[in-house]
Amino acid sequence: MSDIKNIKNDYLAKLNKNLSLEEINQIKTELLGKNGLISSQFKNIGSIQETDRKKFASELNQIKDDLQKIINDKISEIESKKINEKLEKEKIDVTLPERSFVRGKIHPVSQTIDEISSIFSEIGFSVEEGPDIENEYNNFTALNTPDNHPARDMHDTFYLDENKEILLRTHTSPVQIRTMMKDKPPFKIIAPGRTYRSDSDQTHAPMFHQVEGLHIDKNINMGHLKGCLNYFIKEFFEVEKIKMRFRPSHFPFTEPSAEVDIGYEIKDGKIIIGEGDQWLEILGCGMVHPNVLKNVKVDPLKYQGYAFGIGIDRLAMLKYGINDLRAFFECDYRWLNHFGFDPLDVPTNYRGLSR
Amino acid sequence: MKITFNWLKDHLDTNLKEDKLLEQLTNIGLEVERVENISSDLDLFKIAKIVKTEKHPNADRLKVCDVFVGEKEIKKVICGAPNAREGLITIYAPPGAVIPKTKSKLVVAKIRNVTSYGMLCSESELNLSDESDGIIELSTKKFKKNIGKSYFFKNNSNLIDLSITPNRPDCLGVKGIARDLAASGFGKLKSFKEKKIKSKNNQTIKVKISKEKNQGCSSFGSCLITNVKNIESPKWLKDKLVSIGQKPISAIVDITNYVMFDLNRPLHAYDADKIEKGIIIRNSKSGEEFTALDNKIYKLNEGMCVISDNKGVLGLGGIIGGTRSGTELNTKNILLESAYFKPRSIRRTSKELNLDTDAKFRFERGIDPLSIEEGLNKAALLIKEICGGEISKIDVQKIEKDKTKTVKFNTSLFEKITGFKISTKEMVKILEDLGFKIKKEKKNLRITIPTWRPDISQEIDIVEELVRITGYDKIKIVDPIKERTKSTLTQPQKFFHFLQRAIASKGYLETITWSFTDANYNDYFKDKNKEIKIINPISSDLGVLRNSIFSNLILYMSKNLDRGAKDLSIFEIGPVFIGSNPGEQKTVVGGLSAGKRSRLSWIEKERNVDVFDAKRDVVQTLVEAGYNSDKFFIDSETPNYYHPGKSGRLILNENKDQLAAYFGEIHPNIIKKIDIKTDSLIGFEIFVDNFKLSKKSLNDQKTKFEVSDYQKSERDFAFIINKDVKAQDLINAISSIDQKLISNIKVFDVYEGENIPENQKSIAISVTIQSSEKTLNDNDLENINNSIIKTVENKTGAKIRS
Repeated sequence: MSDIKNIKNDYLAKLNKNLSLEEINQIKTELLGKNGLISSQFKNIGSIQETDRKKFASELNQIKDDLQKIINDKISEIESKKINEKLEKEKIDVTLPERSFVRGKIHPVSQTIDEISSIFSEIGFSVEEGPDIENEYNNFTALNTPDNHPARDMHDTFYLDENKEILLRTHTSPVQIRTMMKDKPPFKIIAPGRTYRSDSDQTHAPMFHQVEGLHIDKNINMGHLKGCLNYFIKEFFEVEKIKMRFRPSHFPFTEPSAEVDIGYEIKDGKIIIGEGDQWLEILGCGMVHPNVLKNVKVDPLKYQGYAFGIGIDRLAMLKYGINDLRAFFECDYRWLNHFGFDPLDVPTNYRGLSR
Repeated sequence: MKITFNWLKDHLDTNLKEDKLLEQLTNIGLEVERVENISSDLDLFKIAKIVKTEKHPNADRLKVCDVFVGEKEIKKVICGAPNAREGLITIYAPPGAVIPKTKSKLVVAKIRNVTSYGMLCSESELNLSDESDGIIELSTKKFKKNIGKSYFFKNNSNLIDLSITPNRPDCLGVKGIARDLAASGFGKLKSFKEKKIKSKNNQTIKVKISKEKNQGCSSFGSCLITNVKNIESPKWLKDKLVSIGQKPISAIVDITNYVMFDLNRPLHAYDADKIEKGIIIRNSKSGEEFTALDNKIYKLNEGMCVISDNKGVLGLGGIIGGTRSGTELNTKNILLESAYFKPRSIRRTSKELNLDTDAKFRFERGIDPLSIEEGLNKAALLIKEICGGEISKIDVQKIEKDKTKTVKFNTSLFEKITGFKISTKEMVKILEDLGFKIKKEKKNLRITIPTWRPDISQEIDIVEELVRITGYDKIKIVDPIKERTKSTLTQPQKFFHFLQRAIASKGYLETITWSFTDANYNDYFKDKNKEIKIINPISSDLGVLRNSIFSNLILYMSKNLDRGAKDLSIFEIGPVFIGSNPGEQKTVVGGLSAGKRSRLSWIEKERNVDVFDAKRDVVQTLVEAGYNSDKFFIDSETPNYYHPGKSGRLILNENKDQLAAYFGEIHPNIIKKIDIKTDSLIGFEIFVDNFKLSKKSLNDQKTKFEVSDYQKSERDFAFIINKDVKAQDLINAISSIDQKLISNIKVFDVYEGENIPENQKSIAISVTIQSSEKTLNDNDLENINNSIIKTVENKTGAKIRS
């Protein structure tokens, strides 16, 4: 009995000293190794009187556990000290720059097209496309703009042949013609794309973007047109209230025709849409002219509907505060970085159009 | 079309204010583009007297004038006019005034070290005439009491500039605008009893419209006024023209202009004495020439509508007169023309001659054919009143009968198109106010269209008139239904958008460049495509449609490098053109990367961008888009604008009919010629339209999910092989052995040089072997090892490196 207590006391004293890892392990072997002092005591249990055996075993176990715990604690103490010493040496300046990364951007026009498509998708429009090179028929004649029509002068047209039969489309409206020629009504489409006119100054670029809209069905009237555009403008500018004005205008391919203005004001040099007394023209629209429907073999007595054309670049400028149209196409990397969008920002209905 | 409220009031009775007018004009489709306050600017121009002149100390031709403008303070003004002299009464413009001719604002300025406060004006500077020799000399008698007063008649009416749509020629006259306003409830149209010429004299100059095919003139009215004295216009007339920004010239010209602006009735005045034996309106002969009033000589094509006499062409009908028969201040006898020229003929002639005039603009849109006599009456009587003389009877030659158009209008169409109702009574009122004549039938209105409305020919036009005048604000909004029956985007459209964002996510800035380009740049990249010229380019450096995305992209890359960018990646997704017919275009993604990776990095080694950066961007993008890179076929056949040794072509299938992309370094010759300053320039092109898109969704294309939990082992091999054998050949050889067991093959080293025979290289490959059925034992692995070595050696001529 006293044996094991002596062992305990001896070793408690030994362990109390400042020991190296090796010394502790040495002690561990001396005590708890196969033939260690403690281990050998367990072999004695059998030879102890039955009356004392239980008590002895219990005390021995207790002493073993105690010593074991002290040894383990000592070991982990030394190990963590070692790690800490190592960490101390490994300290680096984390304010140094990270490994380089590159970041791309989506052009504001592309982002705006995605926003527009997302909005019209909600109310059942699908996206159509047409070629950039058009024939004179689809671009003008089929759209009720015959050769002798002065409205043609409003479109400064790029031609690809001397006979002026092949041209770069001056608007996205020929997609209306192509869509209606190829399918049967009803039609409910938008057609975004590049358009071309041969003028170039501060506010005009020889290439720009338009989105065409066309909704033809039975009984689609000007109320639907107003409703559709009202919805679009509100969604696009992400504002609760929008001031919108329809005023009569003229396009050969729609009748009645309208131009749509939205209200705005300038506050601190920034344009605020939906407030103020100023009007800004943003699109042209109207009821598709019966002559156009006849040209594409749609019966104007059975079907009617509206069409609209919106300048995409203009919308992007208004929404994102871009002043200069020409800058869209100058590809200045600083401009693209500033006004471009992260490719992960895909405009969707549930996440919102923009952050 | 420029008007003033005052002029409108000649035709319109109203008490309403100008702000209401502006609103109403826009509401009925006569868009107000601009409102200019001319008079407040002109108020500044004062009648002044020069009290003293001295020679400018530093300039021989300049004078320093002391000018009295009715104030205590005498103004010092420097003047270069030879007629500036003491005692002269003239017009003074103070600093701040805007000179009408140049539109420039005067400031206090030092002229050769002497300060000048304002300016003394010539007639030309004030747009009063072309007289620019010297400053205005006002009569002392008339003006000496008015010194200090504003020279111009005080006019509170602003100049209103309207944008008149091409369908509304009637609103190119003030009267037409007044009619529209009145119909919309803005005031009441004044009705005049038209004054008619009462004369016993015949019009003695014979007029004949020759009856020939495509005759551009259908009627020609004329009136001879003899013994006139062409003088300066009276002040009311000058003021009227000045108020809409026109320059007064002489009474006869001013009167014809006045009638044109008032009634949209163009007139032309000939010096009757210069007409040789009568007038013939005929088609021109090819090669005929005449000098027009713009002092240019025009050589005519065949079939243009000309007004001629015995000697030849006098003018182009409805477009421009000629100098030979033009009126001058000493003209005595005038022949006044008021005719109808057909829009199509006018348009063709003006296009062919590239000639644009106010008269052309009006005739092209359609002049009221019944306004011929009204115009002659009004103008001739005014000429007589102002210039004196004797007026003849009006002579009208006609070769076609006047037609009246009628439309049968079913009143229910209005609601069908607009979605709201107005009563038939309202419809009739609006239309009658606009000048239509209505006959009510059972369900319909039988509507006779006024001759000044060439734009109206069918029922829908009537709907437009009604809704326009009723007001677009009456249209009720019908909210759209949120319902989708067809998917928004097609498969190719989705693919387009995916590629766009996939490339951007790899560090490329998206650009949008013109679809046209510089022919020189296009030449570098057009490959086998033919050049597509634009007939009328905006400038010579944008003269052709692009055959490749690269021509513009490389130009803008170069500009950005000049702007200071060093390491930059840009791309564009858009059309390139392969022919000049609709549809002969392809959608391509083109990307360029310049400079280095990890420039000036403290942690990474910097290096030039290279072909494998481009390859990674292409391959990663296509893998992200759902294509299996194990199936890509890559070779080095690329167009000549790539570096011949450092570029590749990626094909999606073995048949090689789905060219997916090119990638590589841009050819050094091109970089040199374009003079791009960069360490390295690489590019890629992905041919979006060449991808055969699966009808199956990506989900449906996936195989069953299966993984093997049996142990895998990696074995490394090094082969010595001829330099020209491709790594891909080795990989293909290995993967052909047993696809069930060989799960991955990776090239991890390529080495040429020491210890390797010349013209050979060493390729080290790591092969992962794993079975889905069992753990492979040593024997199995040994078999595969041997098989790999044997197959590679047999198929490629390689030797395993021992």
